[in-house]
Amino acid sequence: MIGCYTLFKKEMARFGKVWFQTVLSPIVTAMLYLMVFSQVLEGRVEVFDGISYTEFLIPGLLMMTVIQNAFANSSSSLIQSKTLGNLLFILVAPISTLQIFLAYTAAAVARGLIVGLGVLLIALLYVEVPVYNFGIIMLFAISSSAVLGALGIIAGIWADKFDQMAAFQNFIIVPLSFLSGVFYSIHSLSGIWQTLSHFNPFLYMIDGFRYGFFGTSDVPVGTSFAVVIVSLTVLSAICYRIIDTGYKLRQ
Amino acid sequence: MTTPAVSIQALHKNFGSVQALKGIDLEIEQGEFFGLLGPNGAGKSTLINALAGLTRPTSGSLKIMGHDVITNYLEARRRLGVVPQEVVFDPFFSVREALIFQSGYFGLTKNDLWVDELLDTLRLTDKADANMRSLSGGMKRRVLIAQALVHKPLVVVLDEPTAGVDVELRKSLWRFVQSLHKSGHTIVLTTHYLEEAETLCDRIGIIDHGKLITLESKQELMSRGLGQKLTVSSNSPLPDVPTELQRKIVNASEFQLELRLRREQDSVIDILDQLRAANFQIDDIGVETDSLEDIFVQLTSEQAL
Ligand SMILES: Nc1ncnc2c1ncn2[C@@H]1O[C@H](COP(=O)(O)OP(=O)(O)OP(=O)(O)O)[C@@H](O)[C@H]1O
Ligand SMILES: [Mg+2]
Repeated sequence: MIGCYTLFKKEMARFGKVWFQTVLSPIVTAMLYLMVFSQVLEGRVEVFDGISYTEFLIPGLLMMTVIQNAFANSSSSLIQSKTLGNLLFILVAPISTLQIFLAYTAAAVARGLIVGLGVLLIALLYVEVPVYNFGIIMLFAISSSAVLGALGIIAGIWADKFDQMAAFQNFIIVPLSFLSGVFYSIHSLSGIWQTLSHFNPFLYMIDGFRYGFFGTSDVPVGTSFAVVIVSLTVLSAICYRIIDTGYKLRQ
Repeated sequence: MTTPAVSIQALHKNFGSVQALKGIDLEIEQGEFFGLLGPNGAGKSTLINALAGLTRPTSGSLKIMGHDVITNYLEARRRLGVVPQEVVFDPFFSVREALIFQSGYFGLTKNDLWVDELLDTLRLTDKADANMRSLSGGMKRRVLIAQALVHKPLVVVLDEPTAGVDVELRKSLWRFVQSLHKSGHTIVLTTHYLEEAETLCDRIGIIDHGKLITLESKQELMSRGLGQKLTVSSNSPLPDVPTELQRKIVNASEFQLELRLRREQDSVIDILDQLRAANFQIDDIGVETDSLEDIFVQLTSEQAL
């Protein structure tokens, strides 16, 4: 267990050393979104009854930031260690497959939560956000960032080059997280787009998370949680399998 | 019988269509100092990577102190320290951080004393807090050695640890490895330098095209008649070679004579004295120590017979 914990600490230290890039810069990005969208849309759009647009926006923006950073953490750490060759230090150590998976995922969750907390603190200067159920908020934040942490492990192991990684990020993670109802309620979308949105797992993460703040959501919160847990189970199983077989790691 | 430190059976490894290892059987006893030699691309690193679990064998089994490196990898890895051929490092951390993390990966939380000792022995103390990036190549290599030893592994495997390392450092590295050996560690090393293998190893295995073509003690290998080549040249025509030296002639021309010497038996000085006594006017001499290549030429031609 010490091995697993050390790997987790090492992963934390890794992003901590470049906190400007890994923590501060995503917080600034999220704040820019918040400022621009709330300036433009505040007062014009009301998604949920009695909730201002800025209030509505904050949970979605938070969750988008949390999951994007969780993904970025495990994926970039793995592809870097792989290309620099220093993954060797972990591969020769007596750390089990499960422990490797847990350490990388936990660090991804931690990075997601830290960045999310930063965004939240600054957003609170802006507008007060209600909290309907703190437990649900944390449950969705942790499970969703774990899903993205696991996905990051898969992408980091699969990608041979940084541009493949960038493609994964730019063509899958960013669009899916953008089109998941961060800026709008899916009920405002027309037929086909609304149907398509239901295939986007990120929608459930954001919708469930938002439920924790407002107590209302587009999709029943239980459904959202089930989708997140199923995604987590499937991706964890894939992770376990590829780490255990040594796919691309132990040629 | 005690458990062998390393036990390899029918090891095959293919990379696509490349057969890097074609059935290796090898046992290394505890406390042995074993040298693995072979030309570029012979399969030495592949063998070592398979031991370390860095590469998955296509078939066959590998055990470290009786623990299978795949089915019982946790136990096997606790007993093995590997210094890889290529210098790799984590640019995020300092030397000490790298060593403390590595200790942690092996389950050791309070390892500072040993880490300090390693830093001291490998002369890295004044670089302990420097970022890995700022180290020279030789220093990085020493950190790799330290990283392989944080958990005091019973079996230490070094893949060409002296490649690209200056003479001074090479000597001090060998002293260090020898002291590890004396304190009971089993050592396996690969090298291209026969002299190194000769001075250090008890037993030598030569691998070529993925096969172990020789496995013998140093004495056996040395008694194969390897040694030096002495070339004597003169500006005036050379007289007849004394009869006792006749059988050592490799090549003789009017102005030049090449003799093959056995390292253990012949002294260059004595032979030069004998030549001079036979009226040789020697203007120039050259001494060439047999290289690994000469051994290969000899061994591979033997194999061909
Ligand atoms: N990852 C890999 N993918 C494909 N082929 C590989 C890989 N690693 C090694 N090989 C091939 O396997 C063979 C053995 O290589 P190996 O690195 O074990 O040689 P070596 O004896 O260590 O050589 P050197 O003295 O140059 O270090 C070579 O033909 C090499 O090209
Ligand atoms: Mg090699």
